Amino acid sequence: MAEIPDHLLKRAQAAREKAEAQQQAEPEDSASPEKNDEAEATEEEIVVTDEHAEAALTVLERELDGKLLNSHIAPMRGLWIRVAIEDWRFAAKVAKEDLDCKFFDWLSAIDWMPSPYGREHETEQDKLNEEPEDNDQKEMEWGYTGGETRFQLICRVYSISRKIGVMIKADLPDNDPRALSLIPIYPGANWHEREAREMFGLTFDEHPDLRNIYLPGDFEGHPLRKDYPLLSRRMKPWPGIVDMELLPGDDQ
Amino acid sequence: MISVLALDPAWWQQTFLIKVPIGLLAVLLPAGTIVYLYLFKAISFMQSRLGPMEAGPYGSMQLLAEVGKWLQKEDIFPTKADKFVFAAAPFVVLMSTFLLVVIIPAGPDAIFVDLDAGIYFAMAVSSVSVIGILMAGWSSANKYSLLGGIRAAGQLIAYELPLILAVVGVVIQAGTMNMQGIVLAQAEGEILGWGGIGNPFIFTQFIGFFIFMVAVQAELTQAPFDMPVAESELVTGYLTEYSGIRFLLFFIGEFASAAVFSAIAAVLFFGGWYVPGIDPTNDIFNVIGPLILAGKMMAIAFLIFWFRFTFPRFREDQLQRLAWKFLIPLSLANITLTGLLKVVV
Amino acid sequence: MATTESEQMAYIAAQAADARVNVEVETNEGMTLNLGPQHPATHGTLRIVAKLDGEKVVAAEPIMGYMHRGYEKLTEVRTYPQVTTLINRIDWLGSFANEVPFILAAEQLMEVEAPPRAQWIRTVLFELSRIANISLFLGDMAVQVGATTPVFYAFRDREFVLNQIERVTGGRFHPNFDRIGGIKDDLPKGWIEETGSVIGKMRDFCDEMEELVLGNEIFQARTRGIGVIPPNVALAYGLSGANLRGSGVDWDIRRDANVGLVYDEVDWKVWTHPDGDSFSRFWVRLQETREACNIIEQLLDGIPAGPIMAKVPLIIKVPAGEAYVATENPLGEMGFYVVSQGDLTPFRVKIRSASFSNISIAPWLLKGVFVPDIISILASLYFILGDIDR
Repeated sequence: MAEIPDHLLKRAQAAREKAEAQQQAEPEDSASPEKNDEAEATEEEIVVTDEHAEAALTVLERELDGKLLNSHIAPMRGLWIRVAIEDWRFAAKVAKEDLDCKFFDWLSAIDWMPSPYGREHETEQDKLNEEPEDNDQKEMEWGYTGGETRFQLICRVYSISRKIGVMIKADLPDNDPRALSLIPIYPGANWHEREAREMFGLTFDEHPDLRNIYLPGDFEGHPLRKDYPLLSRRMKPWPGIVDMELLPGDDQ
Repeated sequence: MISVLALDPAWWQQTFLIKVPIGLLAVLLPAGTIVYLYLFKAISFMQSRLGPMEAGPYGSMQLLAEVGKWLQKEDIFPTKADKFVFAAAPFVVLMSTFLLVVIIPAGPDAIFVDLDAGIYFAMAVSSVSVIGILMAGWSSANKYSLLGGIRAAGQLIAYELPLILAVVGVVIQAGTMNMQGIVLAQAEGEILGWGGIGNPFIFTQFIGFFIFMVAVQAELTQAPFDMPVAESELVTGYLTEYSGIRFLLFFIGEFASAAVFSAIAAVLFFGGWYVPGIDPTNDIFNVIGPLILAGKMMAIAFLIFWFRFTFPRFREDQLQRLAWKFLIPLSLANITLTGLLKVVV
Repeated sequence: MATTESEQMAYIAAQAADARVNVEVETNEGMTLNLGPQHPATHGTLRIVAKLDGEKVVAAEPIMGYMHRGYEKLTEVRTYPQVTTLINRIDWLGSFANEVPFILAAEQLMEVEAPPRAQWIRTVLFELSRIANISLFLGDMAVQVGATTPVFYAFRDREFVLNQIERVTGGRFHPNFDRIGGIKDDLPKGWIEETGSVIGKMRDFCDEMEELVLGNEIFQARTRGIGVIPPNVALAYGLSGANLRGSGVDWDIRRDANVGLVYDEVDWKVWTHPDGDSFSRFWVRLQETREACNIIEQLLDGIPAGPIMAKVPLIIKVPAGEAYVATENPLGEMGFYVVSQGDLTPFRVKIRSASFSNISIAPWLLKGVFVPDIISILASLYFILGDIDR
């Protein structure tokens, strides 16, 4: 084995001391109940990041002019806004032009309906032990910025100059889930919209080429909808959870 | 033994039964050697791998195994192929190779046919392979093959010209188109009055040699000029639909042509079968001449394969530009210079 | 009509094949050329349908999905720790880098943070997988433009890096090593010194590639001015990674939006190239490999002591919430949008893979180029099929 040069040893030593110092400092920090990932960072940084998001939100509130239904800021994690589906393209346009969000990150959808098949990661064994769930009774729970309908479009755009990413959400009507395509604003939305369409059964108006992108042309159903069964899992239950429950120390 | 040969040097020229096996040997042996030594081994070492090691000592029997494999494989014809043309194409390509071997001198008398316009004949028959490749590309009923075939046609025609023009310099200097004459001209020539090593034309015709080698590389469709087969673009171009023995024929044609063009380059620029120190009329050259020629040929063939495995591929338009805008003007300048010097000196 | 069973099966297979293959690019002129799905140039089963006029491309359309594995659906029926096994297979050349953003997103939701030592080791492994991934690109790009030799050097030298990854994680290709709250194991003894010498080898490899490929006139003739992407277009199509920096956009998530990795601790540089052509993308990747060597070397000097796992519950239930974490993966921005409803499994995971966006510019970019340029441009965009199809 190669001999370790002195300067490396010194640096390693310094690093070790630094880590130990950090570890000693830690118990004081953890006394505060709201300790989380931000607690590691200094106070200043949080404020700066919040300012970024707040400033962006201010711009959006001003430009969207009442069309902004809801917003959510998670410090250091991003900014969520929700608009009505009619304002979907307008919101993207505002984000691009007024917030300088030139970078189109991704576009997708979420099906908020709870899966009628229950928690499919359970084995048949687990299901015997539990009371059968009546999934139809389960209410829909929405994430950040709330929601009203089953399908929600979500799109993330990023501003390199402001270093802030905006998640734009919009509720899709249950009976006719369709939205205006974002291609005139972000040409990169093309494939993402094709994917969202085939996976969730959505429609994008003014999309030039709304073919399936992954699935065969004659594929039936929309796989990422919660009511689309994962057939392999229906046929053969996943044994994974059993391994976990057999781990030692699981009794508490 | 030597005296027997010397007494009757044309003994093997007279018998068809001997001529044919020797002709086959003259094509297959260099091709096989090149494939094993360069394609299998030298290239493997360049690419930091061992190459074939299992069949025979150091994998030397690998080629036989490959040939056996190809012979066993089904000879597939695509459904929509033009059957006759598809079947005939590899023979047309191979024919041009065999015709080329005929005029290469391997000794004062060790030549199949000693044509007066030998080099002219060589340049003419080397173009025949274009027809074979075009036939293969067109008849395969495959778009890759078609593109490959058309690329090959454009490329081979473009590089035929610099090839011929590069040879013209040699012909001017030697004063003959006869291949033996060119060898003798080099053997008996003098460099600035010193005849110690004769006058191999590489010293005066190095521009010609450069153009000749580039053109040969293109004629053989080896990288950086391998667009007709460009496997990352066109699968294998005009070879895509070929399998079994017909692919083998193309394969032999490719590497035998590499050997033959190397031999022609050896004759034109490196004195062919001649080595300094022995009188070129000595009959011993009928015995050692083939070996000397083979040695020179292998050295030149190494260049071809070295380039092949080092350079990326040109694009089709860049290839044409190189031929028409660079190589042809350069070779014309070379001819002019050679002609001037011939008159002046 | 077919009678025997095998004939019937053949008939059905033919029908199924027809159903999938009948995709035509909608232009009236020219010849349709199918590149793929089984084609020597497309690593994986990407298929390009190109309409040609002579050798000029009139229109080109990538068609994928031949390897779509439905990871977004599958993650919904797996517990959080099980997901890393799946997402390893997205970009299979730099698989450790795939695990990191998902784990970070889960950690963000759970509000735990990996201890410093785990973060440093994560970053080292992240950069090692970048070298393993991009070194193969450097050789592969040369193969796509017709030089056969460099790829052998790439495979040879990548093996050193993979060995180092294997010594830590136990897996050459699919480490499955990252855990919520830390990493699975500590570094083996002597690993740091060995990795130092491997970094030296990779530096030599970069120099070799610079001479053999980048400096070659034919390579430059084939790539300079080919496939030019202006910065605005690159941003609008969501290009990321070296493709974006090759267009002159000075943007690197490691520097500008770093989450959970320790890039702030080291001194390094983001390379950009103003040209936006195939050559600049190759150049940027080459410099990034060198930069990754620098980063690793500095990190190895200062890996702090301490635990490698934070305190996490044995059965991981992630609190309700949404998080998006992206990292600068070898191929570009890879992000996971994790929606949790407080269950053992994610409610929805949207995988933002780099290649999907990177390759979505292809129809725009391939218009009007020559057939050989299709290959060199696609090679320079550098996609891994698993990263497109997910």
